[in-house]
Amino acid sequence: MSEKKGIIAAGAIVGLLAVLLVKFGNPANMGMCIACFIRDIAGGLGLHRTDAVQYIRPEIIGIVLGAFLTAFGMKEFSAKGGSSPLLRFVLGFIVMVGALMFLGCPLRMVLRMAGGDLNALIGIAGFAAGIGVGIVFLNKGFSLKRTYNLAKFEGFVFPAVVIGLLVLLIAKPAFVFFSAKGPGAAHAAILLSLSAGLIIGSLAQRTRLCMVGGIRDLILFKDWYLISGFLAILLTAMIGNIIMGKFNLGFADQPVAHADGLWNFFGMALSGWGSVLLGGCPLRQLILSAEGNIDSVITVIGMTAGAAFAHNFSLASSAKGPTPNGQTAVIIGFAVLLLISYFNLEKTAEIKMKGDVKLEA
Amino acid sequence: MSSLKLKEIDARGLSCPQPVLLVKKGIEKNPEGIQVLVDNTTARNNIVRFADNSGCKVEVNTQGSDFLLTLQK
Repeated sequence: MSEKKGIIAAGAIVGLLAVLLVKFGNPANMGMCIACFIRDIAGGLGLHRTDAVQYIRPEIIGIVLGAFLTAFGMKEFSAKGGSSPLLRFVLGFIVMVGALMFLGCPLRMVLRMAGGDLNALIGIAGFAAGIGVGIVFLNKGFSLKRTYNLAKFEGFVFPAVVIGLLVLLIAKPAFVFFSAKGPGAAHAAILLSLSAGLIIGSLAQRTRLCMVGGIRDLILFKDWYLISGFLAILLTAMIGNIIMGKFNLGFADQPVAHADGLWNFFGMALSGWGSVLLGGCPLRQLILSAEGNIDSVITVIGMTAGAAFAHNFSLASSAKGPTPNGQTAVIIGFAVLLLISYFNLEKTAEIKMKGDVKLEA
Repeated sequence: MSSLKLKEIDARGLSCPQPVLLVKKGIEKNPEGIQVLVDNTTARNNIVRFADNSGCKVEVNTQGSDFLLTLQK
């Protein structure tokens, strides 16, 4: 039971930090958003040139380093990989395309609800529907196969790259891009964002906080553990927003959002389905990456590529609404998810469960 | 050891929620009990929580860097 109290406390702190980050400069209802912030980093590195969303977000750096240090300290750091890496890249890409159709990762979806943005309620309906479809395939034996142990060195590469990002953020060489206006220009001070990230990364590592896991485990196992964290974020961020006068109930004129219900639904359905196949939401992928899971690193690289393409090919929505290219990409995304889901059903899973695999001890 | 006859599931290297899913299906088919081998604390905790939630008895043994869990209805 203390485990559950832990994740509720962690969720409450994440919700609170998200509200504070907005108060100190982050875009509204975007105290924390893994998809948006990875997108901003892709822009900051010049992988896309949408000048309103370019910044090397310290929150992402903090989350990775916080999770890395915690995992390392708790002896849970271990380099692993080899579980369908290319498929994970593709899934990461698709999850990002869906998130940028909706304008937010599952974490920001919760924060948008906490700000009174009713479009996010449609998003969560889509998200749950997508998770439901993914669960059907999980129950039929969907698997991206096993991971294997790797040399420890490989696990250190991702945290090292993230430290490189921190250097770029502070040194600001001429080849990085920081938005002069738009959401990319709205950010809290580096030290504050970095510290918030460190705390969130550490807490998320300990509790395994995951938005997609919350709904998945509730449906699959009637397990309330992960979703308690999700609900705690919602509740504290909502209270925080009300106190700060930032709670604004409605569909219209919500910050960094659009009101096209159908595509908000489809965008999050795509993200939800893709995330279930991956085994975790974008936040969870970052945490696993920091713990030495190379498959999750590949997923994060897929998300980064997805974000860059989403802006270069005009797939990402804006406050004006979705784009025709984005709608096409989401439909293609569903088709690809169906193929990946179907062709990775493991026939042997059924046999194994019948008890054919026995240890001759 | 009576546990020698129990069905064994190797869930090492599988990502969430597959280990728990295999355990759930395994215990439904083998109510006399199953053994499951996992290689990370997340999967171990998830299976222990599943056992608690579904009223199974669970016993955890560490085997090197892996965990062997024995579940019984």
